[in-house]
Amino acid sequence: MKILVAVKRVVDYNVKVRLKPDGSDVDIAGAKMGINPFDENAIEEALRLKERGHATEIVAVTLGTAACQDVLRHALAMGVDRAILVETDVLLQPLGIAKLLKVVVAREQPDLIILGKQAIDDDAGQTGQMLAALLGVGQGTFISAVAVVAPGILPLATLVHPCTAHEGEIHVTREVDGGTETLALRLPAVVTADLRLNEPRYVKLPNLMMAKKKPIQTYHAAEFGIDAPIDFGARLKQLNVANPPARKPGIKLDSVQDLVDKLRGEAKVIR
Amino acid sequence: MSVLILAEHDGHHLKQATYRAVTAAQHWQLPVHVLVTGHNITAIAQQAAAIQGVTQVMQADAVALAHPLAEDVADVIVRLSGQYQVIVAAHTAFGKNVLPRVAALRDVAMLSDVVEIKGSKTYVRPIYAGSIYATVESTDTLQVLTVRASSFALAVNGGAASPIVMVDTAAGTSRVRWISEVHNVSERPALASARVVVSGGRSLGSAEKFQAVLAPLAEKLGAALGATRAAVDAGFAPNDIQVGQTGTVVAPELYIAVGISGAVQHTAGMKDSKVIVAINHDADAPIFQVSDYYLVADLFEAVPALTKAI
Ligand SMILES: Cc1cc2nc3c(=O)[nH]c(=O)nc-3n(C[C@H](O)[C@H](O)[C@H](O)COP(=O)(O)OP(=O)(O)OC[C@H]3O[C@@H](n4cnc5c(N)ncnc54)[C@H](O)[C@@H]3O)c2cc1C
Ligand SMILES: Nc1ncnc2c1ncn2[C@@H]1O[C@H](COP(=O)(O)O)[C@@H](O)[C@H]1O
Repeated sequence: MKILVAVKRVVDYNVKVRLKPDGSDVDIAGAKMGINPFDENAIEEALRLKERGHATEIVAVTLGTAACQDVLRHALAMGVDRAILVETDVLLQPLGIAKLLKVVVAREQPDLIILGKQAIDDDAGQTGQMLAALLGVGQGTFISAVAVVAPGILPLATLVHPCTAHEGEIHVTREVDGGTETLALRLPAVVTADLRLNEPRYVKLPNLMMAKKKPIQTYHAAEFGIDAPIDFGARLKQLNVANPPARKPGIKLDSVQDLVDKLRGEAKVIR
Repeated sequence: MSVLILAEHDGHHLKQATYRAVTAAQHWQLPVHVLVTGHNITAIAQQAAAIQGVTQVMQADAVALAHPLAEDVADVIVRLSGQYQVIVAAHTAFGKNVLPRVAALRDVAMLSDVVEIKGSKTYVRPIYAGSIYATVESTDTLQVLTVRASSFALAVNGGAASPIVMVDTAAGTSRVRWISEVHNVSERPALASARVVVSGGRSLGSAEKFQAVLAPLAEKLGAALGATRAAVDAGFAPNDIQVGQTGTVVAPELYIAVGISGAVQHTAGMKDSKVIVAINHDADAPIFQVSDYYLVADLFEAVPALTKAI
């Protein structure tokens, strides 16, 4: 099985993002950047599927400016086999990304495509589902477990409810409201990783050095639509950004009894 | 043109989030239709028909929809979509799974987790774990969005029941098989709609202590239990009670954060609560910045004392 993993370069989750003075956009100039945390889970799962003998090749892909190469280096250092950059300076949003990823899928013909469940900058959580729709394949979103099984054989106990698989299927357990759900997906399929899927391995420095020397296959997004132009431009216009409504400064209380009195008297939230 | 709401239910009742989506949908001042998908769901369609502000219910009732898959539900919506200007669902695991598929199949952008509707195509939505609110305008004719349930009021029942129309469904996808589901059962109120939430962090130390310290307080307050990701990862609490950017977003009347540092990824899921109480022994804990009342105290002393005093 061949696996394609889509990774995004985002502002590091520890960075407190600021606004530009005119409120037109966020100011991320000079901010520490890194791979989207969920995409690290996606890579880790692909690596584990290969280590268990289910996958033969893992390809990582990112879409964006030339600067996005660094997340591909990170993916190579974690252990993916190849890396693809689809370069563009155009502002990208989930629908356009899904359209470009569809072209990559057509070229690479993966059996399984793994994305993160959401990017921590736009917090959209859309790209995986959109890609699955455009490809006309099944989707397993927010997954916390995957198992590949030979037909008729019970899958791994990591699945909540193991059951026998059919030819060419994988089983995934999804996080849903109030519990979990297990689905069988016919390959090719798209899945999106939840943080609970696994604990990504640390990237060792020598691996990162080695990854610097590996080639990155680069395409230009504009080249993708020669026969029929692909409309991958932004459809959503950001009018402005602002800090969320602030809360009043909190009151420090000296004792549990004071707290109870406040909750009863002032806030009236308990009786 | 009308607005279509994708309803969510548990087989017996419409979820509260759907009632909140109905309120959001009033913004367009267009007829509001509610789509109920499932199998043997007439009683649920009737509940939807009774909501004030709903003008018509679309009932997609089929064996193939008994465990609704995103592929099939999206298919039903896309077939109906020609008559709608707006398609809305609550930003829950169900809505998030289905609507991006609909948007892609109709070649339109989607807006996730909308907290305010400003104009017929202008919305406010959180980005960067809720630390920033962006105002965004869509350039598409068809609007597809999920709304944050806690940002909109509950629609009420009332008036005459609106008509229920049966809609066609296809055979169901052959690419996905539903196998099973596990519902975490709890006698406590559901986290997403509880009036009071008591949440604990990593500092509780173990699953036993998490329960021993927090459950009596939750019991007394009729509260749901919540947890940080650190507490969930450590195995102190089940996955489905995680509050935050990647968990559930809650906005109860009262939120009590016990031994929680206040990372943005956590506060993203609770800072719209009406009253926030924090208990932390670190006087500089960031959680105090979003709290109304706080105690700088050891949780293992303060929480039992609080339980006793209430
Ligand atoms: C992509 C991503 C998504 C994430 N999503 C979420 C999410 O949805 N929800 C979420 O919660 N987190 C999320 N996180 C994790 C988040 O960044 C924090 O790591 C997490 O919220 C911290 O949990 P905590 O407050 O329990 O632990 P800590 O940060 O370790 O804080 C423990 C607190 O307990 C206090 N304490 C210790 N002992 C006592 C005592 N005896 N009495 C009183 N106080 C005590 C300490 O002073 C400290 O403030 C996410 C992280 C990433 C990278
Ligand atoms: N520019 C990008 N390049 C590659 N993959 C991306 C890009 N943007 C988003 N993705 C993938 O889509 C997932 C969900 O992103 P989003 O829909 O923006 O929340 C991410 O976790 C990535 O796996």
